[in-house]
Amino acid sequence: MAAQVTLSAPPRTAFYNDPVIRGIIYQILVALAVILFFAWIILNTAQNLAAQNKSTGFDFLFQTSGFGISFTLIPFDRSSYYWQAFLVGLLNTLLVAIIGIVFATILGFVLGVARLSSNWLVARIATVYVEIIRNIPLLLQLFFWYFAVLKAMPAVRQSYELPFNTFINQRGIIVPKPLPDSEMTFVIVALVLAIVAAIAIVRWAMSVRTATGHYPQPVVWGSLFANLLITFGFGFVAGSLLTGIFPALSGIVGFPLIAGAVLAGISLTPYTRFGRAFIGFVLTWAVMAFLLEGMFAFVPPMVIALAAVLTAAAVAWIMIKGDGRPAAEGKFPLALAVLIIIAVPGLVYWLTGATLNFEVPILERFNFSGGVQLVPELVALVFGLTIYTAAFIAENVRSGIQAVSKGQTEAAASLGLREGDRLRLVVIPQAMRVIIPPLTSQYLNLTKNSSLGAAIGYPELVNVFMGTTLNQTGKAIEVIAITMAVYLTLSLTTSAFMNWYNARVALVER
Amino acid sequence: MTYSFVRQDMVDARGAPVNTSGPIAWARRSLFATPSDALLTILAIVFLIWAIPPIYGFIAPTGIGGNAVAPGGTVEDCRVENAGACWAYISARMSFFIYGFYPPAEYWRPNIVFALGALLLFPLLTPKAPFKRTNAVLFFVVYPVICFYLLNGGVFGMRPVPTEQWGGLMVTLIISLVGIICSIPLGILLALGRQSSLPIIKTLCVMFIELWRAVPLITVLFMASVMLPLFMPQGTTVDKLLRALVGVTLFSSAYLAETVRGGLQALPRGQYEAASSLGLSYWKSMGFIILPQALKHVIPGIVNSFIALFKDTSLVSIVGIFDLLNTVQAASSDIEWSSPTQAITGYLFAGFVFWIFCFAMSRYSIYMERRLDTGHKR
Repeated sequence: MAAQVTLSAPPRTAFYNDPVIRGIIYQILVALAVILFFAWIILNTAQNLAAQNKSTGFDFLFQTSGFGISFTLIPFDRSSYYWQAFLVGLLNTLLVAIIGIVFATILGFVLGVARLSSNWLVARIATVYVEIIRNIPLLLQLFFWYFAVLKAMPAVRQSYELPFNTFINQRGIIVPKPLPDSEMTFVIVALVLAIVAAIAIVRWAMSVRTATGHYPQPVVWGSLFANLLITFGFGFVAGSLLTGIFPALSGIVGFPLIAGAVLAGISLTPYTRFGRAFIGFVLTWAVMAFLLEGMFAFVPPMVIALAAVLTAAAVAWIMIKGDGRPAAEGKFPLALAVLIIIAVPGLVYWLTGATLNFEVPILERFNFSGGVQLVPELVALVFGLTIYTAAFIAENVRSGIQAVSKGQTEAAASLGLREGDRLRLVVIPQAMRVIIPPLTSQYLNLTKNSSLGAAIGYPELVNVFMGTTLNQTGKAIEVIAITMAVYLTLSLTTSAFMNWYNARVALVER
Repeated sequence: MTYSFVRQDMVDARGAPVNTSGPIAWARRSLFATPSDALLTILAIVFLIWAIPPIYGFIAPTGIGGNAVAPGGTVEDCRVENAGACWAYISARMSFFIYGFYPPAEYWRPNIVFALGALLLFPLLTPKAPFKRTNAVLFFVVYPVICFYLLNGGVFGMRPVPTEQWGGLMVTLIISLVGIICSIPLGILLALGRQSSLPIIKTLCVMFIELWRAVPLITVLFMASVMLPLFMPQGTTVDKLLRALVGVTLFSSAYLAETVRGGLQALPRGQYEAASSLGLSYWKSMGFIILPQALKHVIPGIVNSFIALFKDTSLVSIVGIFDLLNTVQAASSDIEWSSPTQAITGYLFAGFVFWIFCFAMSRYSIYMERRLDTGHKR
């Protein structure tokens, strides 16, 4: 007898308990609520605008603005249009963002590596920097730089004079203005071409070495030659510095030339590192003496000279103990690349007879004439953004390097790579994968934070457009929409880049 | 009988190993390990010798080797050539920095608010303290209501104090507290919405989050202060502080949503599946299974976004609200105390206050991270 199986019908549930239908109902309700909310807002806005007798539309962009802007990259005056004001603001934002990004990246990487340094003191200094800067609002730091530091600088007549004809006073930093003539274009083109060529040659040399184990012969000879020339140049500089320190040496005619030639000669022998150590010694001595003299005004000169010599001796010691690989043989052809980048534009400069003059700022009765005036708002904003963002970048760099497991370093060490190569070839490439995404968002943060320039009067987008333009035209909705659209575009572009990069470098997992 | 290859005399004992403990060994290891290290150490010491004495001289009062004017000093002391920080000015203006323009007769009201807040906050942050749920309800729901009525007045015969008179550290704390309290539920809802399988809800949440995250807070505040009155029905006025609060809350909830999303994504799928196999509804599975674990994962991240929020509150000074930074900025043009170091002293003070709060929060976040790290690391 067959078992009787009664198939029960699926449980009857009310249609509103079906998850799919529920989902649809929820969504319809939410969409309705959102639409109603927006309708309510738009209605209110329309009524409010009608009550205030205001019109809407973007035609105000083509009216004359009637205000001046203190710092512009493109010509702008009172008769310019509002869209030009928008452009001025946008360009100023981008200017400050780009400068800030460059400096913050450099400072941030240095600090991030310093935080992981095995040197206790260096690591501690970097940690203190990061912990202080990260925990204080950026706006406060901007106020500090602007009101307490730059605005407290002396008046124009008592300007501090810095090296290279640079002056700093209440009205900002005044630097010499480069006056390139038309032939300078060739030099710049030559410079770009030389950089491209140098990179191409280095890459080719590296690929040949990867394939055969040796750098190509022309590159080796070129490197040797470049090394000779560059050593001669450094030797010449060291010789001139020495004549400055020991006037007795100036009795020898052409001492710097002789020094350069001797050192270049040494660089051909196996004792090249002693020659380099000598150059390092003289240069460090000069730089340290100059720095210490500036830093400690009240310390007797004997102590300063002693400290400078000690530091220079330490540098020389490092260079003598440093790697003993022959200069042009197995070594990365850095000298050749440097020579190409310096020599090619130099040659073009000499051949075309281009001149690069500098218009030196001169103090006249009330103000400086000539030179470029970097307004204090710009300087304060760049300072503040750089210092603040660098603290965050340092943290990203640190966590990126720490994310590379210790086994990688040990594996590299067991392959016989030395410390520098371990970092360069094994750790950093893997750390970059972790560092780049947060780094990009720090760049974006810096760009967004540049809007705080409005608070110290730097004419960037928010200040010029959401501040002055909005106040004058009263077109709140349009102005705010445009401004937000700009930042939205920047942000979405950056995230698009980030997604692309992430997809490119993501680990391919099993 | 002797073998030439058998050693007759003992090998000399090796020299004692170089110290591995004690200050000299430590210095050798962490300051002078290599020549480059030694060079760096020398440079760092030179830098410190250069930087620290002037900073110390500026901050420390005259009694202990500095040039600063201790609280109780007069403005003449601060105007002396080469005088350091004018702490006397800070102590004289302290009540302004804390309460803004709040009427001095009513200072007891913000004081009660501060005390009550501290009283509720400490047990909430101590992991071992009991009655967490009651405590949380009191802090997140009851406390803000009490605060509002206490500060605003107008009930129980308390004199009404309009928000225009609120200021200083009080307003900074209020804005961050309201921002934190309101942005937690909003942020969680947004994060859930972004993870949702319902396309319309997901799109709306993504748009909301990405819009706020893309724009700087200052534009949001401008928008709140300019456009919010336009959005409201005719005749309604929105309080200035409330506008800023709305802006800050929306902004920080978007950031919080992304933090919470990180926690939701870090949970293994099995947790979601286990919850549904128990027959729990969406909200129950979220409330009992998913969120408790996800939030626990991201407590450090949440605290970090609170730090960012706390620092960002300083931006409300741009739309004219008298928070701590704005009171300091306003007081720095105070003629009665005008001296060369007046502005810089004010900024040092404000920076120190902000730093204390943020540093405490970040230490707490590290502490929680260590506590919650239940050892899944290799």
